Amino acid sequence: MNDTQIEITSRSVDETIALGRKIAQLCQGGELIALIGQLGAGKTHLIKGIAQGLDVEQINDVTSPTFTLINEYPGRLYLVHIDAYRLENAQQLEQLGFDEYIDPDNVTVVEWADRVTQIIDEYDPITIRMHHDGPTQRKIQIQNPTPDITQALQNQKPKRLDS
Amino acid sequence: MTKPTIILGLESSCDETAAAIVADGHNVLSNVVASQIKLHEKYGGVVPEIAARAHLEHLLPVLESAFEQANLTRDDIDAVAVANCPGLTPALIVAVTAAKTLAWVWQKPLIAVNHVHSHLQSVLLEKPSECFPALALIVSGGHTSLYHCANPLELKILGRTIDDAAGEAFDKVAMILNLPYPGGPSIEKCANNGNPKAIRFPRSMLDKDSLDFSFSGIKTAVLYHCRGQNMLGEDRVPAMSDQEKADIAASFQAAVVDVLVKKTIRAAKQVSAKSVMLGGGVAANTALRNALQQRCDQESIQLFIAQKKYCTDNAAMIAGLAYHKLKANLLAPLSLEPQAQGA
Repeated sequence: MNDTQIEITSRSVDETIALGRKIAQLCQGGELIALIGQLGAGKTHLIKGIAQGLDVEQINDVTSPTFTLINEYPGRLYLVHIDAYRLENAQQLEQLGFDEYIDPDNVTVVEWADRVTQIIDEYDPITIRMHHDGPTQRKIQIQNPTPDITQALQNQKPKRLDS
Repeated sequence: MTKPTIILGLESSCDETAAAIVADGHNVLSNVVASQIKLHEKYGGVVPEIAARAHLEHLLPVLESAFEQANLTRDDIDAVAVANCPGLTPALIVAVTAAKTLAWVWQKPLIAVNHVHSHLQSVLLEKPSECFPALALIVSGGHTSLYHCANPLELKILGRTIDDAAGEAFDKVAMILNLPYPGGPSIEKCANNGNPKAIRFPRSMLDKDSLDFSFSGIKTAVLYHCRGQNMLGEDRVPAMSDQEKADIAASFQAAVVDVLVKKTIRAAKQVSAKSVMLGGGVAANTALRNALQQRCDQESIQLFIAQKKYCTDNAAMIAGLAYHKLKANLLAPLSLEPQAQGA
């Protein structure tokens, strides 16, 4: 884990999606993204962006896996979307076969990752924290990004993410 | 009188381990769901039995119980059916493996069904009706989908949620209001004493003709209502009166029901359906049942709703759909595998 932390302000749903897209475009496979944020913080929107960045065809297909626990979407790399909201402890994540999803062909995103840190911290995740900062504005902190992501996002104004 | 066709159904796609024996696709001889037979002490409400191990522990007792209740033996069974998609692969594989094994040992046909499609059959359990062609709404914690159904086997998807399922919105709003899990029954109970017009929560209809759903926005709207627009204010819920909570629950429920009913009627008109079918866990919600009944009456569309006990996941609906597949000779090979995504 590196000490890098990038902080970005997203002013809209579109900017959040664009940020997810940018991050995913720089993924090479095998990444684990731990996503932390309250209800309504924009986690699903960020993941829709990540799906776009991985060339998942229909981003409307990307829906919340709160009940299904794990959704998988084929793209340039497989997007594995896990939701820990209903899990009671980190062991339950292991019982889902979590270690098998960490694979060079996959980008694995875990929502509500703060509920299962015990397991996922072993995999050196990129941790993304999303905070409410107004009706549509969100503060997004990225911890332990890959060097590519750091280079692409540092000093970049969020509004330029669309370009 | 011809001998009825008796099918054993097995289900382990999500939280519930279930077995049921159904004659002729609708006559339920037994219907056993693991959480009902209390194999484990409940701790802090309903626990999602996600682990394949939990399904494994439950499967044989559930199976035995299904035979006991039906007062039948394996010799009475004409076919073995199982939901092999969609769901969690490690969960699905338990019932799939059991069904394959039983079919092989007993030398009976094996039938694989789609769990979501089978929710439609729950509408016809114990009361077979002529309802096809129909427009169907399947609404649960994991799904919110509209189908055009020519018959039990030909389903065309017309719309679905693009973010959260309706049932999930109920659960998350229950969490915001500090109401117990599962959220559907909690919200419904709390809403009983509330004014559904107290707060006008947004109804996300998407495009004018869209049959897709979005329930993420209303969840956030409830959150902001309780904690302020920027989430920087304090959480008002602990200080709220029961009446205020009831008003929020009722207003939220009214908004969700409104969207579900409008889109269902919109879809029924688009395909000129003569009947509407309603199934899935959220179909147990009385406000939804009543509102959809009222609108269907106005439009002279016949409405068929699953009995409340068959709304949530069960295996009777699996055996129900399998009956039609057996009649159509759509059998599965013993090499059947679970599939995470449903077709």
